[in-house]
Amino acid sequence: MRRRHLAVLVVGAAAAAAVATPALAQGAVADKWRWLTFLVFGVIIASTMFVTFLAAKRVKSAADFYTAGGGVSGLQNGWAIAGDYLSAASFLGIAGLISLYGYDGFMYSVGWLVAYITVLLVIAEPCRNIGKYTLADILAYRNNPRATRIVGALSVITVSTFYLTAQMVGGGVLVKTLIGIDYEISVIVVGVLMLGYVLFGGMVATTWVQIIKAVLLVTASIILVMFVWVPYGFSFPSFLNAVVGDAKVQGQVALLLGDASRTMTPEQLGQRFLEPGLYFKAPIDQISLGMALVFGTAGLPHILMRFFTVPTAKEARKSVIWAMAIIGGFYVVTIFLGMGAAINVGAANIKLVDAGGNMAAPLLAQYVGGGADSLLGNLFLAFVAAVAFATIVAVVAGLVLAAASAIAHDLYVGVVRSNQEVTPQEQVKAARIATVAVGALAIGIGIAAKGQNVAHLVALAFAVAASANFPCVLLTLYWRRCNTGGIVLGMIVGTLTAIGLVLVSPNMTYPKVVKATAQGVVNAAPAREAKLAADLAAASDDATKAKLQKAIDGVAKDVVVAKANLDKFKNDETSIVGLEKPLFELRNPGLVSIPLGFLAVILGSLFYRDRRANDMWDELYARQNTGILAARAAAH
Amino acid sequence: MAQGSTLDWQRIVADPRFQALHRKKTSFLWGLMVFSIVYYFLLPIGAAYFQDIYKIKVWGPVNVGLLFALSEFIVAWGIAFIYSRRANSEFDAMAGELIRDAEKIGGRQ
Repeated sequence: MRRRHLAVLVVGAAAAAAVATPALAQGAVADKWRWLTFLVFGVIIASTMFVTFLAAKRVKSAADFYTAGGGVSGLQNGWAIAGDYLSAASFLGIAGLISLYGYDGFMYSVGWLVAYITVLLVIAEPCRNIGKYTLADILAYRNNPRATRIVGALSVITVSTFYLTAQMVGGGVLVKTLIGIDYEISVIVVGVLMLGYVLFGGMVATTWVQIIKAVLLVTASIILVMFVWVPYGFSFPSFLNAVVGDAKVQGQVALLLGDASRTMTPEQLGQRFLEPGLYFKAPIDQISLGMALVFGTAGLPHILMRFFTVPTAKEARKSVIWAMAIIGGFYVVTIFLGMGAAINVGAANIKLVDAGGNMAAPLLAQYVGGGADSLLGNLFLAFVAAVAFATIVAVVAGLVLAAASAIAHDLYVGVVRSNQEVTPQEQVKAARIATVAVGALAIGIGIAAKGQNVAHLVALAFAVAASANFPCVLLTLYWRRCNTGGIVLGMIVGTLTAIGLVLVSPNMTYPKVVKATAQGVVNAAPAREAKLAADLAAASDDATKAKLQKAIDGVAKDVVVAKANLDKFKNDETSIVGLEKPLFELRNPGLVSIPLGFLAVILGSLFYRDRRANDMWDELYARQNTGILAARAAAH
Repeated sequence: MAQGSTLDWQRIVADPRFQALHRKKTSFLWGLMVFSIVYYFLLPIGAAYFQDIYKIKVWGPVNVGLLFALSEFIVAWGIAFIYSRRANSEFDAMAGELIRDAEKIGGRQ
């Protein structure tokens, strides 16, 4: 029965891909080589499908579905965490940031690793010792189960939905940019594949898809770094000397610095690429983002859930150590991926395909393999594209599983049917229904949000996780006086302030500001054009002429964009919450919302009387520290 | 979660061995935690307010800023190593003893 469903699903995905073929537009992969990309995609999808097919037989109970029966080893879980965590945003995004902005991009990557210190030291093992399937299980242990399950589940659904939307939209755009498949079709293919893995294989299949993806990602990175670094004899200073001396890098820095770069020598421009300040202009913003990363990771439901898949606290520890080795190793080598792309492909060419720099790693792969016309170059590009695709599917699968468990395990079994016995069959059925619902929602949101700028949604997901989930989990585990009042207030205040501050932040679109800027561009255009035209008439050599002609074309292009903006916001004066300009200047709310979240948990606890939370403290504290009962259950 | 009622947790928490484990873990864990957070935030703070120091070249084009950023990775791995060594050798043994004797300390017979 289940196998037939799986077969239907495979046929469905294949049909969607077939439908996609006539709808091809131009992507980074040339038409001539598209078959190669599909071949690599096909091999990877087939292998993950095979794993799902094997896993489907092992999913019999709710524990199998949510946590693979607790039978994942520390090593496996470490790879799966890396696969769950290294989303396309970090894989392609950070390599892109480094390729365009140098040092600042690399500095940004540090926070993603440091986050795991918090997870390792204070979160992973206690959660393994007292948790079962979900984040709310931890909250419900000593607090009122009904109330904390409701707020916990709502927060998990909120965080997962933000993250999921960013992944679906990002994934759709990515697949379109890479191979030119229509946006809607890529969203559907990603959604259907992910549903297949989760629905039939539960956590077992999700774990293996994440492991496969992490192994592919690490392999791709190692190959690229080898190619980039070999010419410099694996010497770090020689490699950086090449970066500093590269004309493309110097040109990019000159472009970023504008007038300030005129007095600098080429050597100074190149060196500037290795110094801070090209991307991050507001230091407070960066600190705020760092806080959201470092504390938010420990509150991400799909990451927390991974610790319930291992049998003991020791294995949970081992899995974080492995994850830190893999994730950290990956981010260290992004400096070679990003800077390698900067010197080999060049910032100008990277921005040509994608203004945000996301195509730096794929284009680098194509370059090191021999370029756009070579078989090896296109094989490499296809491989990196397939890794990016697997990345999206693996992360989305983890997120959907986390959201579905919050709905089925916390809300349905824990709240709606809290007074009745729920049979294992019913639990698995509820989990599967919730999975289909969340999956369908993800596809729907993905299609509805086409063309929206969703980059800040990942940061928002981290901010909510850091401001609501993290204070609640941390304090219920370590603070005796924490209770139901604190958890409920903390979840509400943390979530609402994080979202509220983003709604009034510079992340939103402010039509009046946009229009004023656009009007300024339109007004200044004639003068700019006249000056450039005069320079052009006076210019003698062809290179300068070409440059000036390009600048004149650029002005015309700017005017077109500005006029389009004026037209787009013709009838709008305010942002979606009715503001003319941002009320709150930080792009990431962490700096304010994280302390507020903690404060809410503390005040809520102090002003609420809850005997159960107090009575259960000794039990929780003894168990989270030692693993009494948890370890025994695993041994039997 | 009801299985917890089979043991007298108050007695387990009061046991000197649990208290010893608790004391050792608390100071060790939070000490590492505070150190790692301070060390991490020094990087963006330095990049914002001490750019001149970050620009000093020490090894060819390699400057202080790059070395500091790379050191963040080394420090993170170092903390992971230090913690896991201590936990594997010391905390696990202490917890294991408590798990073994949980019935004896907190049994309700």
